[in-house]
Amino acid sequence: MENILNLLPPLLEGTWVTIQLALASTVLGGILSFAAGIGKLSSNPLIRWLSVIYIEIFRGTSLLVQMFWLFFALPLLGVTLSPAMAGILALSLNIGAYGAEVVRGAIQAVEPGQYEAAIALNMGKTYTLWRIILPQALVEMMPPMGNLVVQNLKDTALVSLITIADLTFRAQNLRNLTLDSVPIYTLTLIIYFVLALIMITGMRWLERFIAHRVGVAQGRSRA
Amino acid sequence: MPSDAAPAVESPSRSGTGSGATPMVKFEKVRKTYGDLVVLDDLDFEVAENEKIAIIGPSGSGKTTILRVLMTLVKPDSGKIYVDGRPLWHRENNGQILPANERHLRDVREDIGMVFQHFNLFPNMSVLRNVTEAPVHVKGLSRKEANERGRELLDMVGLGDKLESFPAQLSGGQKQRVAIARALAMEPKVMLFDEVTSALDPELVGEVLNILRKLARDTQMSMLIVTHEMNFARDVADRVVFFDSGQVAEEGPPSEIFTEPKEERTREFLRAVLDY
Repeated sequence: MENILNLLPPLLEGTWVTIQLALASTVLGGILSFAAGIGKLSSNPLIRWLSVIYIEIFRGTSLLVQMFWLFFALPLLGVTLSPAMAGILALSLNIGAYGAEVVRGAIQAVEPGQYEAAIALNMGKTYTLWRIILPQALVEMMPPMGNLVVQNLKDTALVSLITIADLTFRAQNLRNLTLDSVPIYTLTLIIYFVLALIMITGMRWLERFIAHRVGVAQGRSRA
Repeated sequence: MPSDAAPAVESPSRSGTGSGATPMVKFEKVRKTYGDLVVLDDLDFEVAENEKIAIIGPSGSGKTTILRVLMTLVKPDSGKIYVDGRPLWHRENNGQILPANERHLRDVREDIGMVFQHFNLFPNMSVLRNVTEAPVHVKGLSRKEANERGRELLDMVGLGDKLESFPAQLSGGQKQRVAIARALAMEPKVMLFDEVTSALDPELVGEVLNILRKLARDTQMSMLIVTHEMNFARDVADRVVFFDSGQVAEEGPPSEIFTEPKEERTREFLRAVLDY
């Protein structure tokens, strides 16, 4: 028991780093998701192609190698990033590429009749996207986005390999010092699990909030 | 703006109708194909101001495409369309004919409204919001003005007590009445009705048709009504157009078309739908 109490402070320190990484990359990744997801549907071919290239590169290569590339290769090309920046950037670009496909899919799932109604009411394209299409798509994209957020939390463990002192990094350190593998890794798993639970709960709440906010819930509850 | 407006003044005289008055809608050799299928076959067609037209015909004959091309949902392959004298799918600039751009389309679309078979209400907005959203953001009405007008319109269609409901809480007939109020709120000169009762349960058809009857009687809008309701067409239309294979096969006042159709195709169609 005393053993575990000694393990907790360093692990919790690492947990705080993990939380910060997860939050930062989720927010940045969310922005990238919308930019590339909407961009892939743009009528401008340049924007469309940039989005497609970004999405396919980051979905088609290993996150760990992307992170190594940003941290070890990029400095040789003249751009040095701090470990935290390289880690957050790699995670964000990765979740952004997957999220972009979620955003695109949800937008395309909105009935064509909605676009037609917007045209018949002479609404502009941007206005239609933001006021008519996205609010409906947002409700559809929340459950898969929730999965991505949890996936991203678990992916943050990889940053331990580019010298960031996150939860996994601390666990490795403790094991090197004490060789107490069982309590250390059990505790680490539990902490990840609790974090994931909190995030799932948060996303569920957000999902309900959005459904309610855009009014779709009012319809569904009665329908 | 001025460059768009200038040719609009000239075009009616240039493409004069012979009858004197500018038609509200004019199709000139409008063609639309999907692969081998010809849905509009060099269609020439006119609608006068305040005229109420019922378009009937077998399914797949291109009736709906007339409306969709007019609402700028579908681009014709060739030909010209004028709405209130202004070219719809092209613009005339210093004598040059250019394809319509988004700005031009938004300019001419002002005159046209449409009610759809499947209502297409915005599910994320209340009934009143559905009706007021475009007047506020497209026409620039104040929220207060738009709400007042929206309430009047919803009263008119018998839904004054449903302002804060959401579309999913309404019956099909109620949804369609909201959709009609929504289209009316934009005050178009031409209103298109695309099989607006086809998706409704039989007992809900009447409430929607009654509103169309009222509109036909009380408003100055030109109305183009694609419908399978022959009795209704007979009641409200000034002119009935029988459409077949991408062309106007026969047209005339309802008394003529329904009692003594000249074309065999028309007779056949009417026999089939009216159980003669």
